[in-house]
Formats: sequence, structure tokens, C-alpha cells
Amino acid sequence: MSWETVIGLEVHCQINTDTKAFCGCSTAFGSEPNTQTCPVCLGMPGQLPVLNTLAVDKSILTGLAINADINLESKFDRKNYFYPDLPKGYQITQFTVPIVEGGHIDIVSKEGVKKRLGVTRIHMEEDAGKSMHEGLDAVSHIDLNRSGIPLMEIVSEPDMRSADEAIAYLKQLHQIIRFLGVSGADMEKGQFRCDANVSVRRTGEPFGTRTEMKNMNSFRFIKQAIEFEVVRQIEIIEDGGKIVQESRLWDSVKNESRSMRSKEEAHDYRYFPEPDLPPLRVSQAHVDAIKDSMPELPGQLRQRFETDFNLSAYDADVLTQTRATAEWYETLVAAHPADPKRCANWMANELLGRLKEAGKNLASSPVSALRLAALLDRIADNTINGKSAKDILDDMMVSDDSADAIIESKGLKQVSDSGAIDAIIQAVMAANPNQVEGYRGGKDKLMGFFVGQVMKASRGKANPAMVNQRLKALLNG
Amino acid sequence: MMPYSSLSDIQSRLNSGKSTAVEVAQLYLDRIAAYNDELNAFVHIDAADVLAQAQASDAHRAEHGARALEGLPIAIKDIFCTSNGPTRCCSNILDDFHAPYDAHVISQLKAAGAVLVGKTNMDEFAMGSSTETSAFGVCRNPWDTDRIPGGSSGGSAAAVAAALTPAALGTDTGGSIRQPAALTGITGLKPTYGRVSRRGIIAFASSLDQAGPMTRNVKDAAMITAVIAGHDAGDATSVSDAPAIDWLAACDAQDMKGLKIGKPSEYFVDGMDAEVRESVEAALKQCQDLGAEIIDISLPHTKYAVAAYYVIAPSEASANLSRYDSVRFGHRCDDPEDLLDMYTRSRDEGFGAEVKRRILTGAFTLSSGYYDAYYLKAQKVRTLIQQDFIQAFEQVDVIATPTSPIPAFKLGEKTDDPLTMYLSDIFTIAVNLAGLPGLSQPCGFANNLPVGLQWIGPAWREDTILSAAAAYEHATDWSTKTPAGFNGNGDAS
Repeated sequence: MSWETVIGLEVHCQINTDTKAFCGCSTAFGSEPNTQTCPVCLGMPGQLPVLNTLAVDKSILTGLAINADINLESKFDRKNYFYPDLPKGYQITQFTVPIVEGGHIDIVSKEGVKKRLGVTRIHMEEDAGKSMHEGLDAVSHIDLNRSGIPLMEIVSEPDMRSADEAIAYLKQLHQIIRFLGVSGADMEKGQFRCDANVSVRRTGEPFGTRTEMKNMNSFRFIKQAIEFEVVRQIEIIEDGGKIVQESRLWDSVKNESRSMRSKEEAHDYRYFPEPDLPPLRVSQAHVDAIKDSMPELPGQLRQRFETDFNLSAYDADVLTQTRATAEWYETLVAAHPADPKRCANWMANELLGRLKEAGKNLASSPVSALRLAALLDRIADNTINGKSAKDILDDMMVSDDSADAIIESKGLKQVSDSGAIDAIIQAVMAANPNQVEGYRGGKDKLMGFFVGQVMKASRGKANPAMVNQRLKALLNG
Repeated sequence: MMPYSSLSDIQSRLNSGKSTAVEVAQLYLDRIAAYNDELNAFVHIDAADVLAQAQASDAHRAEHGARALEGLPIAIKDIFCTSNGPTRCCSNILDDFHAPYDAHVISQLKAAGAVLVGKTNMDEFAMGSSTETSAFGVCRNPWDTDRIPGGSSGGSAAAVAAALTPAALGTDTGGSIRQPAALTGITGLKPTYGRVSRRGIIAFASSLDQAGPMTRNVKDAAMITAVIAGHDAGDATSVSDAPAIDWLAACDAQDMKGLKIGKPSEYFVDGMDAEVRESVEAALKQCQDLGAEIIDISLPHTKYAVAAYYVIAPSEASANLSRYDSVRFGHRCDDPEDLLDMYTRSRDEGFGAEVKRRILTGAFTLSSGYYDAYYLKAQKVRTLIQQDFIQAFEQVDVIATPTSPIPAFKLGEKTDDPLTMYLSDIFTIAVNLAGLPGLSQPCGFANNLPVGLQWIGPAWREDTILSAAAAYEHATDWSTKTPAGFNGNGDAS
């Protein structure tokens, strides 16, 4: 019988508020250690938490975006454990009644198969600080700038059946979160971290014992870690062993995981209701107002691009990767409304490719949407052909000149005069009598050769459509 | 000026120019110097700081006029964080802790012109009923220095009772203002939970803790509460829409006409001190003479209050005290071998036996597999106790009970028997579980030791209990009795 993988994911996502979850300290990244702290997030005696309502609203927005239920009354609990970077000795989290329950995320597999993946809950909690051990002799240092930063923990159902599905879920979630503007979700800064619960079973059997891969912050590592874990578990079971429920840590240098702690060593967190925070109540009207402010989501945007602009699913996906990309495309189409498909091709294939080579992105693009549209206008009105347009775009990447100015200065205006084109064709035919004879003898493929020769002789300026038409007429004539 | 003056007497002297704040402060500093060694009511005094505050107050009065508590000395239980001097909660774990901030109520007192006269002794982390668990030594009852002053706010109580200060702040988690007030013959008020901000008060049991005044009389208690009460955006449990009260006007009552006083049978039981019972019964008779109607009521879940309290309070405390881990502040053991050694040895050295007992109790009652049987069950009992009171207050305006079943006991008498010690709060704990206001005032003597009468009101109706207490005080002279040996009148009759 074949093996089936079962994966559930827990994502810790930093909510992008200016101040921390329970105090007024800044959440800015990269400051000197312990400069963004106060008596509250340092866990000083007598200090009390006051909930950041912006973090609440952003959690609600996220829940609404994945079609989840919003609990109009949710609760905070204390999760107790000792660690030096946890100042109070407990983390404030939502254990019993989270703000968001249910919901789902839709993915499309590489094979184009759609699948709906369940979300169990989203709860709010606070981050801990950071312990630093490396390069220190017999001491550890603690940075509490991160202590108290608001997080959403987004817990999925065990609905994923492969590492690829897990990654598709994560990427879709990541994209939704970025579109909503509820998190920077910068994985390198630890703003979007993932724990993966992985088990295997023979098809049709109940769930196997799971292990948890902790705290991964790259899609590539997550995929590697899951795939490694699946192989490890299957090997153990096939060798007659049993999976031990445990937490494991992925070592991205050695490309292997190792055990952190087993279930027996697991903490008893002694959860109980946080007495310093009353139950969190939000009104339905408030939830409705947040719903009304919901921006267009990636799925809706993709659908609209496919319908309104007649784009392929692939192009629509590329052009909706970020809200900024989609907005750039819409600006381009507004300036060149005649052919949204051409806009998509030129933006996705030509411009984005050049930007990548130049180490730039749309935000830093030397070619604005309006400049690109002016270039596309010249293709549309047959002033230039596509080949020339690509050369012009190369020039535009390194100069401020308009497409028209480059066409003028380089003399790239397309030749569409049939007399001039006929003259070039006749010269080419005269120079290649054998190929003329071959074509006329039935070697149709030689047409490409003649097109190339004529375009070359015109220094790329001949109108390709007209070249085709006149070549056929003259060769067959 | 007489040392046994009330706050309002001192206020009158200051307002009329008969005394300055500096003179008043010096009088009490002199008394502290003379008597504190005997009582150990204060664990920190900085005379220069006190006089500087008094000077500033006199200057403020001269320049801008008097504020609500201008120049009035108030002693502060060591549980309140103050930027003046150390804040140690009478624990070795905070052996050198100086808070870089004032508790909200301390800021309120300072803004009202009060002069803070040092930190008073208390049970370590407010865990106790006798002020014997203090890391700074036991505190003694001015009425009999072989006896305890009650607790946990025993230092504040003893200081007011012996007129080392005219007033003090305490905190009350299960009776820690009312029980020591009763045992030392003074007045103590625990406001409704949420009436006074807890920010900057070292947490014992967050859902029960509440700060309040300990004073010579009812009006003084109202004067201080008027200043410290009110919403604080920095405490999510301080209530923003609490009904406002005219605190001082509530103390003008001189009779009890039309007042319905509930007398719960569960608070007059076998085993309580006979003289205590007689004193309280006599007080209720006097209330009747003042026009009140005494109605027998029942609070049937009272008998479960102590058990529920000793699950809920330690549970919350076990988490609240986790921050004393020696990482950022507080006591750290010498040469820790590793992290675990640092935690265990620092906390073992820093915490006393009673605190450890409660942390262990709380960690146990919250632990996986026991949570439902203890913590959850206790919360259900708490709800039942709250409902008892809600039903009672449909019948009566206020409830009167003894504050403590017994008068002050001997030092060391109960220290080896925690369970008996826990029972000394048997009449005060339910009020905290229900979040209600409670007041204790002197109502007589048992074996020459003060007896307290407890008033319990509906939530947010401190005015009702202040009025009842003020009328009783007006008709009696118990609040004027002072202990012998500290220039008091020594009249225990």
C-alpha cells in the first residue's frame, strides 16, 4: 500500500502595528538591543498589559479574508513557562477562545487542480524576546525589543497531503496577508514563521503520530524539512519502528532535522485566563465596518484580470503577485487600453525580466508604466516592430529618453512601404537563387530563411507582417 | 497638635495656618523614630525625603493654594511601587529593587499634595494574615505588642493605630485591609474591584487585589479614596464607566433611617470569639436604634469561599510571581552553574516559606489534569458566591458582619498551622471573590483587643457603606480609642 503524507501548519505572523501588543513601545526592526522596551514589556513588578486595538482589527481583517468566523467575545490566557527572554514568565495568548475560528484557503496545484484547505483558528499573542548565545563565553545576552510584539498564529487543519501543497498554502496565505497590509510578512526578519506538523500513514488508515518541525522562515527550508521528515518517518515505520511524538529543528546547513524535545519532556503550560485583561468584546457593527474596508484579495484580482483583460491564468498570477505589481499593470493598461494582452506580455516577460537582470524591481524601475505604454503605442500603430521595440526598451532602461525619441534618433521607424520592401525582397531573391528554386520546388520551410534575410537587409526595420505577405506574393509569382 | 488627629483635623490646622506640612511631617517622623523599633511597622523611612516633600507641599500651598490632600502624611504599604526609595514587597527576592515608576495611585496621591511617609511592613507579597511572613521581621500590634496586627497590611494598620502616621494605604486581596484594620481598631476600606487602578501595585492575585485607605475614621477613608479612585487607561480592569460617588457627602450621614441591613447567618457561627460576637451584635442593636432595619439573610455558599480563594489566589500568584526569575532585577544567587540552577537557587533564596507554599499550590491547581477539578471548580464557586450577594442585595441595602472571627492572636500562634491561619480571613474573603466594596470599623473590644464591624455593599455603592459606617461612628466613640504606650488614651472599654 502506498504512503500518504499529512501536514498541518502553524504560522506565526507579526501584525504590523507601530506599537507593541500591550504597551506603547515601538516595533521598528533592527534597533540596538533593549532600546525599545518599557516597564510593561520588561515584565517589571506591578505593570499591566493594555491591548493594542489595531492588532485586534488586523486579526479580524485577516479572519474575514479567509472566510472565517469572528468571535465577538474572545479571551486571553496566560501560557506559563520560564525562559530568560520571556520577561513575565508567561506569554499572553488566546488559548480557549481565539478571535478567529474556521475559514479556508484555496490553492491551485502545479497540475492546475484546485483544493480548499481548512484553517482551524487565528489567535493573537505576544512575541518573546531574543536570546543570544553565539560568540559569547559562558554568558547569554537577551534583547527584549521583540518582547511584546503582536503576533497572529494561524493554525491550519491537517489538510495538506504533500510538501508542495503545504508550500502552496503558505504562499497563498503569505500573499493574502501582504495584500491586506496586516503584516510586512518579511520572512528574513522573522515576521512570517512556520511550524509544520507532519505525519505519514498508509492510505485509508487513521492519522499517524506526528512530529513538529519548529520555527522555519523560508519556503525552501520548509519544503526540504517536510520532505526529509516524510522520508525519515516512512523509513522508521518500514523498519518496524514507531514514530516518537516530538518537536524537531531543521538544520538548513546540514539539510537534516534533529530532535528538540519529546512529548514526555514537553512543558505543561498551565494555561489559565489572563486576569489582567477582561474578555475582548467587539461589536458586529465594528466587524462589518472592517469587512467594508476589505481591499480586493489576490484571488479576486486574478479572476478580474482573467475576465476583464482576457489574460491567461499564468499571466494573471504573475501580475497579481503583489498589490503593487497589479497596480502597475492597471496603470499600464489605462495608458494603453487597446491591448491589455500586449501590456501583460511586455510587462511580465520583457520588463520584469530586464528589471531582475538589473537587480531592480517595479518600485525602482527606470521605465515607468506611462513610458512603457508610449512604446507599446508605437507597436500598435505599426511605427516599429517588436524586434525594434525590444532594443528600444533596452535603451530606455539606461536612459530617460522617450520611445519616440529613441525611434527618431536611431532611425528605427518601421518600413511599411510595399515598394521599398519589394525592392529588398527582389535583391534577396537575386542573391539566393538556389533557395528560391528550392522554395518553389516545395520546401515551404525556407520561408523563414527569406524573412530573416529581408529583415536583416532592412536592418530590422521592415514591417514583419508586410514582409511575409510580399515574400509569399513574389516567391509564388 | 495631637498625634492621634484625623486627616481632616490636620487638614483644618494646615488650612488655618496653625501648622505647616513640615511641622506635621516632623511630628510623625519623631514618633516613628521613637516607636518603630518596638512595632516594626515601617520597613523604610527616608526622613530627608519626607521633609523635602512636606516643604514642597508648603510651597505649593503658598503659591497655588491647597490640593485635596495638601501636606497630609500617608504611609505606603511596601507593595506599591514608588520612585521614592526601595519597593520590596517585604521579600528578599526584591532585595535591592527600586522601581523607576510610581504606581498610579501613588501618582494620584502626589498630585493631590500628599506627603508619603515611607514604606510599611506587610506579609511577603501580601501572603499572610499576620504580617509574620515579612522578610523584614514581624510587625507588632500596638494594643498588645505580643500580638500580631493582622495582615497582610499589618504595618499600615499598626502605624495608623499607634499614630506613627495619620493614614496609610493598604491592599486587600482576601481581607488584607479590613482584617488588620479590625485587629488594630482603625478603619479600612476595600473599594469595589475596578474602582482603583492596580497599575504599579505588585500583583498577588490580579482578579482580587484592590488598594484602599487605612485611617482613623470613616471620613478620612473617603478623603483618600476620592483621590485614588477613577479610571486608569493603563489598567484594563479599572472600570471606565463606574458610577461616580460624592465620597465626602456620603460621610455626612448621622442616622440610618430606612436603611435595610442584612445580617447573614453564616457570619455568626459557633467557634467564633464570644466577645467578638457580642460586640458586633451590640453594634447591630445600635444600628437599629439609629433607625435601621436588621434583616436576617443567608449567603449559603459562604462556607466554600475560603477553599475557592485558596485555589484562585495561589493560581494567579504562581504566574504573577514568575517574573521574579533573577534575570532582569531582584535577587540572584551567587555563581549559578547554569540557567536552571540560577532559577531554582535564586527563587529558593529569595522567597519565604509561605510564598513558596502558594506558588506550589497554584502551579499544582493549574496543572494539566487538575485544572478542571480545582481552578475551574473554584471559578464556578466564585460565581455562586457572587450570586449569593446579588440575591441578598435585592432584599437589603448593606450587609453587616464581624470582620474577623477572632481578635488579634499571639505572635507565632498560628505560623506552624497554615490552615488555621487561612481561616482568620473567613469573613473577608467572599467580598473579594464577589468584587464588592467592604469596610471595617472599630465596634468594641474583646479581651481588651479591638473588634471590627464589617460593612459590605453592592458593587459601586461605597457611598452606602460609608454612610452606614459614618452614622455608626457618629453615634459611638470606638474610633477615638487609642492604645496605651504610644501616648494614646489606653481606653479599651
